[in-house]
Amino acid sequence: MTQRTSARDSVRELSTAVTGGIGESPRRPDGTLKVRGEFAYSSDLWHEDMLWGATLRSPHPHARILSIDLTEALRTPGVYAVLTHEDVPGENIYGLEHPDQPVLAVDRVRYQGESVALVAADHPETARRAVARIKVEYAELPPVTDMVAAAKGEGPPLHPDGNVVRHLKIRRGDPEATADVMVVGEYEIGMQDQAFLGPESGLAVPAEDGGVDLYVATQWLHVDQKQVANALGLPLEKVRLTLAGVGGAFGGREDLSMQVHACMLALHTGKPVKMVYNREESFFGHVHRHPAKLYYEHGATKDGRLVYVRAKIYLDGGAYTSSTPAVVANAATLGVGPYRVDNVAVDCWGVYTNNPPCGAMRGFGAVQAAFGYESQMDKLAERLGMDPVEIRVHNAIAEGDTMPTGQVIDSPAPVAELMRRLRRLPMPPENREEPVDIRDMPGGVSNTTHGEGVVRGVGYAVGIKNICFSEGFDDYSTARLRVQTVGGEPAALVHTAAAEVGQGLVTVKQQVVRSELGIERVTVAPMDTTVGNGGSTSASRQTYVTGGAVRKVCQTVRQRIFELAARKLGHGPDGLELAGGKVVDASGVVLADLVDVLGDDVVEETEVYRHRPTYRVDSETGQGNAHVQYGFAAHRAIVDVDTELGLVKVVQLDCVQDVGKAMNPQAVVGQIHGGSAQGLGLAVMEEIQVVDGKVRNPSFTDYLIPTILDMPPMTVDVLELADPHAPYGLRGVGEPPTISSTPAIVAAIRAATGNALPRVPVRPEHITGT
Amino acid sequence: MRVTFTVNGEQREADDVWEGESLLYVLRERLGLPGSKNACEQGECGSCTVYLDDVPVCACLVAAGQVQGREVRTVEGLAGDDEQLDPVQEAFVAAGAVQCGFCTPGLLVAAHDLVRRNNQPSDAEIREALAGNLCRCTGYEKIMDAVRLAAARVTPSTEDSK
Ligand code: FES
Ligand code: FES
Repeated sequence: MTQRTSARDSVRELSTAVTGGIGESPRRPDGTLKVRGEFAYSSDLWHEDMLWGATLRSPHPHARILSIDLTEALRTPGVYAVLTHEDVPGENIYGLEHPDQPVLAVDRVRYQGESVALVAADHPETARRAVARIKVEYAELPPVTDMVAAAKGEGPPLHPDGNVVRHLKIRRGDPEATADVMVVGEYEIGMQDQAFLGPESGLAVPAEDGGVDLYVATQWLHVDQKQVANALGLPLEKVRLTLAGVGGAFGGREDLSMQVHACMLALHTGKPVKMVYNREESFFGHVHRHPAKLYYEHGATKDGRLVYVRAKIYLDGGAYTSSTPAVVANAATLGVGPYRVDNVAVDCWGVYTNNPPCGAMRGFGAVQAAFGYESQMDKLAERLGMDPVEIRVHNAIAEGDTMPTGQVIDSPAPVAELMRRLRRLPMPPENREEPVDIRDMPGGVSNTTHGEGVVRGVGYAVGIKNICFSEGFDDYSTARLRVQTVGGEPAALVHTAAAEVGQGLVTVKQQVVRSELGIERVTVAPMDTTVGNGGSTSASRQTYVTGGAVRKVCQTVRQRIFELAARKLGHGPDGLELAGGKVVDASGVVLADLVDVLGDDVVEETEVYRHRPTYRVDSETGQGNAHVQYGFAAHRAIVDVDTELGLVKVVQLDCVQDVGKAMNPQAVVGQIHGGSAQGLGLAVMEEIQVVDGKVRNPSFTDYLIPTILDMPPMTVDVLELADPHAPYGLRGVGEPPTISSTPAIVAAIRAATGNALPRVPVRPEHITGT
Repeated sequence: MRVTFTVNGEQREADDVWEGESLLYVLRERLGLPGSKNACEQGECGSCTVYLDDVPVCACLVAAGQVQGREVRTVEGLAGDDEQLDPVQEAFVAAGAVQCGFCTPGLLVAAHDLVRRNNQPSDAEIREALAGNLCRCTGYEKIMDAVRLAAARVTPSTEDSK
């Protein structure tokens, strides 16, 4: 962290009497377990007598199922169960908000990889072999694969209401406005994968009450519980979920994968069932980032002020709904970027096709739009002979400005400031040291160049993201807190259902309790469904919403402690404070030790926290206060391009982001690094290649994610401009850095090569033109 | 088949091992050592990295039968007998190089191998040594910090004696 900007006065001054509180970077409570190899991830679970589950998936993107023959599979020694749609005990349907996906296909498959049947066996290999012995007769149907055609209503409908999941229009000012200069562009974004390292997995254990206990890696325990219970035909209380260790998520675990399947097998066999996807299956087992096509027209005055933006944005949702409606909302409402524009006409479609289903991935909707609008800003700058930073500063949105939805930005929006700071960050030396270290060259140790044909380019981009769930969603989290004396010390136990997926929410929960209550010893209870809904670990929302819930329950617990103190000390409950394990009065005089006040009492409370309400936007005009908060980040990329071979080396990638309040500076910077890396992946390497509805590269051999050799050093500059509406003034951190990283890198490659590069990921042939 | 080998200094035996089982599977599912990870099971991610006779290998690419009579050291065997974390483990936690941690066990073995050979690695040497280990969470910056920190704390002589 190179810079701090002080928080506003409205943010409560925090207790400093305890270490490891807010604003510090204490060690993760799970850190030691993780480095010892003792942290139990969902694929590590084991149970006496357990079976292994496996899934038969459709090889076709679109087909009718004519028959399923289980005979040979059932005859395989070691097989305990082979199940199809007929064995789904409850409703054979699930989906995040719009249930439309069968747990197991009935008579039709809509994508390659759709689940058709399940096997449980005593060894994973036996289960896989039995899966291969299930005979399914398919009648192939022509796949719907063109998102633009689907948006126009062409092709056979894949669902009863046709192939348009959502069409959202944003209209502001004069949709026919004209301007001095105009630039148009068509852009395309390939399908990106979350590529979390921990495969989809979990263990389902049948319980004596006829229910099931499921230990699973997920982003949202309660939404899983609801869908699983519905598919199993069980009441909620009979489907109990506990979060197993999660090996990354990035959106890909928001939808169900093996949850219902493992529970079905466990209930059917009466034995614990473990399921673990391998990497290939993982590519078929979760939703991906929506591929997109974007058509933009920007009009501006001669001095570079935006007059209008018109856009058509198409998002391919694949076979089922998943998060597509929300992805459409983000792409449309954020479709012009963090810029002041008086005249806007954006049309955005999310559609069904027979391509792999797409849903949540870090920054969804905003990532796709940003590649479009930032490419346009550079085009406009070039047309006008302006500097790319200057044109962005010139048009930057700021607090008090109005978004194209009519929503007024009512907290800091330091877009111009981000750009200015970015430009001031140090540049790498221009002249390479001699002799050249080929490891620093595009192509690296492949030894393709020593600098011949290598051109350097610099690019800038800035992005905007809505933080938390939008459009009227009842978005809340629940926290339970118990305070008591343990071993002569005050101790707190904090319990939520909010999923830790690696980001460090477990640490933040401890920090909040320490700062609020002055109690150093804070234990984090396992996350499970015995406590209320924590909401999803997505939309950069957990520190905001679950952090808010933990703060709220601390306030309630504190009040209870003061009441206890008042009774024991004969002091009114007002004017008391907690600090460093003591109860003190307003002037800091110690009145009692917290342990003495607590005695044998256990103070336990549960609270629910909601952020301020949002509203659905009008579907014809897009007007409405859809979002809770906006987050902003900006990147500068410096690349070396081997123009002969089309190879790119990102030399440096710098980021400036406003986080409102850095709750845990180390974790904040870690999010910015990781998010930027995923943006780099989308810029130059990552794409699930889909041809006629079929995935061509479902492996880490063929789907490349950045290695340590691909990632450059980063300078990260964090601003803390408090949002007065948010707990501690904080702003969600996880997604913004994924948004501007991609367009900044592509801008740098354009600067180096002069090529238009309208598509990501940029491939060598796009650079060499061969 | 039965496979007998030394794991983290202890003689272990696995029975009923199938031909096709990997060392990774035997460690994780038969010997109760799930520390080594299974992110790809095809030699592409390094999350399963272990020492085999003191050389780092991808355990998912080693057939279980191949380790008969040999010596394996996993992430579970990096800390000393006194339960003290190895300096590399300590540095990963301290530097914030652990987010989800799924890449961590493999990275720790790879980084451990680097710093015991070279306690002043340049950045380029660190990148080269860890090029086979994917991490999806950190962007590698804090992993670089962790290895620099670990190298500074490791003296080659104490490591050799382990
Ligand atoms: S699991 Fe062995 S290299 Fe990925
Ligand atoms: S910390 Fe999650 S993959 Fe590296």
